Amino acid sequence: MDSILERSSLAMPILEMKGITKTFPGVKALDNVNLSVREGEIHALIGENGAGKSTLMKVLSGVYPQGSFDGEIRFRGQPQAFRGIADSERLGIIIIHQELALVPLLSITENLFLGNEQAKRGVIDWDAATLRARELLRLVGLHDPPETLITDIGVGKQQLVEIAKALSKEVKLLILDEPTASLNESDSDALLDLLLQFKARGIASILISHKLNEIAKVADRVTILRDGTTVETLDCREAVVSQDRIIRGMVGRALSDRYPRRTTVPGDVLFEVKGWNADHPAHPGRRVVRDVNLTVRRGEVVGIAGLMGAGRTEFAMSLFGRSYGRNIRGQAFLDGREIDVSTISRAMANGLAYATEDRKHLGLVLDNDIRHNVTLANLKGVAKRWVIDHEREVQVAEEFRRRLRIRCADVFQETVNLSGGNQQKVVLSKWLFADPQVLILDEPTRGIDVGAKYEIYTIINQLVAEGRGVVLISSEMPELLGVADRIFVMNAGEMVAEMPAAEASQEKIMRAIMRSGETLMSGEALP
Amino acid sequence: MSAELNLPARGPRVSMGRFVKAHMREYGMLLSLVAIVLFFQYMTDGTLLQPLNLTNLVLQNSYIVIMALGMLLVIVAGHIDLSVGSVVALIGALAATLMVRLHLDFVTTTLLCLLAGAAIGAVQGFWVAYLRIPSFIVTLAGMLVFRGLCLILLAGQSVGPFPVEFQRLSSGFIPDFLALDAFNMGKFHLTSLLLCGAVATALVVMNTMARLRRQSVAIEQEPLPLFVAKNVALAAVLLYVGQLMASYRGLPNVLIIMSVLIALYSFVTRNTTVGRRVYALGGNEKAAKLSGIDTRRLSFYTFVNMGVLAALAGLIFAARLNTATPKAGVSFELDVIAACFIGGASASGGVGRVTGAVIGAFIMGVMNNGMSILGIGIDWQQVIKGMVLLAAVTIDVYNKNKA
Repeated sequence: MDSILERSSLAMPILEMKGITKTFPGVKALDNVNLSVREGEIHALIGENGAGKSTLMKVLSGVYPQGSFDGEIRFRGQPQAFRGIADSERLGIIIIHQELALVPLLSITENLFLGNEQAKRGVIDWDAATLRARELLRLVGLHDPPETLITDIGVGKQQLVEIAKALSKEVKLLILDEPTASLNESDSDALLDLLLQFKARGIASILISHKLNEIAKVADRVTILRDGTTVETLDCREAVVSQDRIIRGMVGRALSDRYPRRTTVPGDVLFEVKGWNADHPAHPGRRVVRDVNLTVRRGEVVGIAGLMGAGRTEFAMSLFGRSYGRNIRGQAFLDGREIDVSTISRAMANGLAYATEDRKHLGLVLDNDIRHNVTLANLKGVAKRWVIDHEREVQVAEEFRRRLRIRCADVFQETVNLSGGNQQKVVLSKWLFADPQVLILDEPTRGIDVGAKYEIYTIINQLVAEGRGVVLISSEMPELLGVADRIFVMNAGEMVAEMPAAEASQEKIMRAIMRSGETLMSGEALP
Repeated sequence: MSAELNLPARGPRVSMGRFVKAHMREYGMLLSLVAIVLFFQYMTDGTLLQPLNLTNLVLQNSYIVIMALGMLLVIVAGHIDLSVGSVVALIGALAATLMVRLHLDFVTTTLLCLLAGAAIGAVQGFWVAYLRIPSFIVTLAGMLVFRGLCLILLAGQSVGPFPVEFQRLSSGFIPDFLALDAFNMGKFHLTSLLLCGAVATALVVMNTMARLRRQSVAIEQEPLPLFVAKNVALAAVLLYVGQLMASYRGLPNVLIIMSVLIALYSFVTRNTTVGRRVYALGGNEKAAKLSGIDTRRLSFYTFVNMGVLAALAGLIFAARLNTATPKAGVSFELDVIAACFIGGASASGGVGRVTGAVIGAFIMGVMNNGMSILGIGIDWQQVIKGMVLLAAVTIDVYNKNKA
């Protein structure tokens, strides 16, 4: 590591963070962390959830002001003492958070200049603003009219608006916190290309990501954090850095197999969906799910691949008690017998469960503790008639805490304070306690680190070993290939291919999507 | 799922300091009430806790407390009900019409009035839960509509007086079965004191049993000295209040109704599946819905419940005034909502306790009463009450953010 840093001294570092130590009551979040970013490079920052990436970026952007941490920050050689975000932004250090800070019901232009209005003496010059907005949007390759409302464009485009906003502030160092976590493949690619363009124009970026293939694609150097310390900085331009090499750095051990082996052999057909259709809730007549057929065997993991907006979540939610869409038609069978899934409670009573992709908004009651979230879908399981048995409830929560290895102080901890991976485990616990026959998992590993992913795959294996069926919706193709027994490919609301995982490959899946007509459905976001 | 559980032999050890800090919000409110009581007790030279005044205090606040129970559920579910003051007036008017004008007996009247309250709640609940109109707007409309209906029903006049049986609802006291003068204590109401003693004993026994049960599965966190202190204080306060009231005319009927309701709602919110679901609904409606909870029906019933309790409060209030007036219940909704918020309920839903709302109601009640005794004008009373509300919520939010 030392040698790499020394040799690189020809390229001046734009940013140097030295010996950063930040403690919270009882926890040392960062311990003597060093980070050095050169002029015009793309620097990836990776580490497991809770490794300290976000804390480090909060120190850098001034969210934690000078004095609340130890260590030194130098920007373009000058020592800095940020008192707040305004100080770091003035120097051109702009951070784009994972949860976008846009106002949905304002237009792109209004959002671009929010807090930085194109105004003279408090009166906004809308013509100037629109012209400037067009210019900025062109730079990021967004062709929607600047007066479009944020709520009317997809997450991918919203991300671009955030970047355009950063450009309007004369960005020198752009920090992106998992920018592609909620983007589909083509949007992700576009975003990464944009970073490369910026690099050509001398803008340095720090990219926080869990997706190793992206890092391999764009990063010049990689700094790995683990448990609040810098493990190492690798130079990707000098020698090819393998994904295994990065994973070893992140978890401190070689993760020989990213997908746990499964021995369960699928049995008879357990669950079947025939001719499933659903319309968009706001636009009746616009079909989002079209004639979908699906079978799941006992002990089988069925994957559903597809791009963002392919209708996978819409299909799953419309199936689960009509919680999405209208004009829903189709039949569902369990063990060959038709079942009623017309309301959520009936679907649950008939053995179905759906663990949402949006754990914060649809999965958890964040203000409630782990215990209450775990039992929410099956309160009867801890109650006699109407009365909750509190002791039993704690025992149940405690059991899931052990079984799924939820890392927390105790089960009385509020879920809002848990890391993404642990929140996901609480959502899974909730549905495991409801004891379903068929569990639909929608992006169960989104935004969580490699170690937690492995644990979630292990849980999936346990579920199928118990003779249940699992439907796995995922945008990460390696995950589908590694975990599923059979893969369905969905595009534009239709199932366009079905293949055994053993015969599938990323290319085959992509080809199936492309062949089915390259039309992507717009309006990918759920209400 | 295997039922085998190997839990640690003893619960997590929590130091006294940490435990108190973690539960500061609960104790803070109770301590504020105690402080306010002591302050006015001192300022009024002991008038506040004189048996007569204490009894009045209970009578004056009973309807606010009763409505606060329903309002707490409404607020926890993520809604608000601005119409309760008007409902109080309308139900009073209805009761007067039925009993005074139509000479119906008081049992039938009471039942019909409670039913009317349920119907009012059902209408508003339907609009909120099924038509998805924000509760603020629905109940603001209700506030106007029900006040207007009250004026129509009473033709703008006061109607009374009520039959004596009905008046007892508010101004009656429990009978003394043990009216012996054996201890030569004048007209001491022994039944009341014994009842308070029995309730105190029952509560302490129940608390102890619950503690043992929690200990058996190692989830008790409250340090023993604190537990003992709390129970001793609880028993002492109950016996003291009982003794004070017994030396006047005994326990008012309303106090019994109120206590039973507090116990019931406390149990429902903490220990039943319905209660838990209301909290989940307010905490995250979408997640609750996707967990199989019929959130619309639940919202609907919180309003039905509120309507019934507002109707009961209306009856008690009318019985207390012994007349139904068009002005009854004006701005009650504000006192009730303030009680819930002072008691720690969150305006965004999902958070709040029945005990908190009751304490909040009594904080407001004691301040009203104390300031009136001190001869502070209604003008300054409002200013002070408003500032107390703001201060209480500010401290609460500040503490929550700090935690």
